[in-house]
Amino acid sequence: MHEIGEVKNSFVEKLNTDFEVRSLDSVCINTSELKHPWWYNVKYLAAGLLFGIILVKTEVISWFRIQEMFRLQSFHMYGVIGSAVVTGMISVWLIKKFQVKTIYGEPIQLYKIRFSKGQIYGGLLFGFGWAMTGACPGPLFALIGSGTTVIIVTLLSAVAGTWVYGHLREKLPH
Amino acid sequence: MFFVFGIAAGAFIAVTLLSGHQPVNVNSGLVAELKEYGINNYSKLAPQDIFNWSVLFTVKGFILMVVGGFLIGFGTRYAGGCTSGHSIMGLSNLQWPSLVATVCFMIGGMVMANFILPSILQL
Repeated sequence: MHEIGEVKNSFVEKLNTDFEVRSLDSVCINTSELKHPWWYNVKYLAAGLLFGIILVKTEVISWFRIQEMFRLQSFHMYGVIGSAVVTGMISVWLIKKFQVKTIYGEPIQLYKIRFSKGQIYGGLLFGFGWAMTGACPGPLFALIGSGTTVIIVTLLSAVAGTWVYGHLREKLPH
Repeated sequence: MFFVFGIAAGAFIAVTLLSGHQPVNVNSGLVAELKEYGINNYSKLAPQDIFNWSVLFTVKGFILMVVGGFLIGFGTRYAGGCTSGHSIMGLSNLQWPSLVATVCFMIGGMVMANFILPSILQL
């Protein structure tokens, strides 16, 4: 019996550390645990459509706008991102104040982001990629849709980057 | 998957059906500088002089599109989020690690755009 208890404890520990690592990945946290038929996903398509249109119309996925931003030659990007942050703050405040649930009634939990050195090293590397391609992950899809098809290669390369990170994760400083 | 497909489709709709897409009105200093590197086409969101299939197989195109893409994917996971995850959502929620990440995004981008990118564009 004693042995089983020990095995169980080490198993629980393993689970916990797994959560700790996973909690660094912001995407893995608020994933819905409900199962639905595929057509429930159509609403994500609608949200994506809207997001894609906005990304194009605000010009924030323009390589030229990104260059202006990093060379401090235009206020454009700072204005768009700044107003997005203000909108986000109001949304977060409303969600907390009224304990807003997801459309399936699941509670929304906002976890504290834990600091890791990854935010420094990864952030710098991400910045390099952002200035080179003029795009971050969401806009890659929008650029393909807007007619620059060669960005498909950039997208595949980005996916490869996430895989390589997955392989090297244990060896990188965090 | 549905969401990202929607982004691409939305962008397609924006450039085709929702007409009136003007060339991006870029800072004149940048226009002059980019002209030196042979970038004159402002008709699309990405400069078509660089981001096309034939340039992909040159050293310049490979660095910008393949290496650049790799850094986006690798950096996003290493930093635990991207522009929307850290800069917009994280800052909205007053998370200081997201501020660190955002500052590093900007430092990385500024170093690349001002000091490294010009040499890549000259290739």
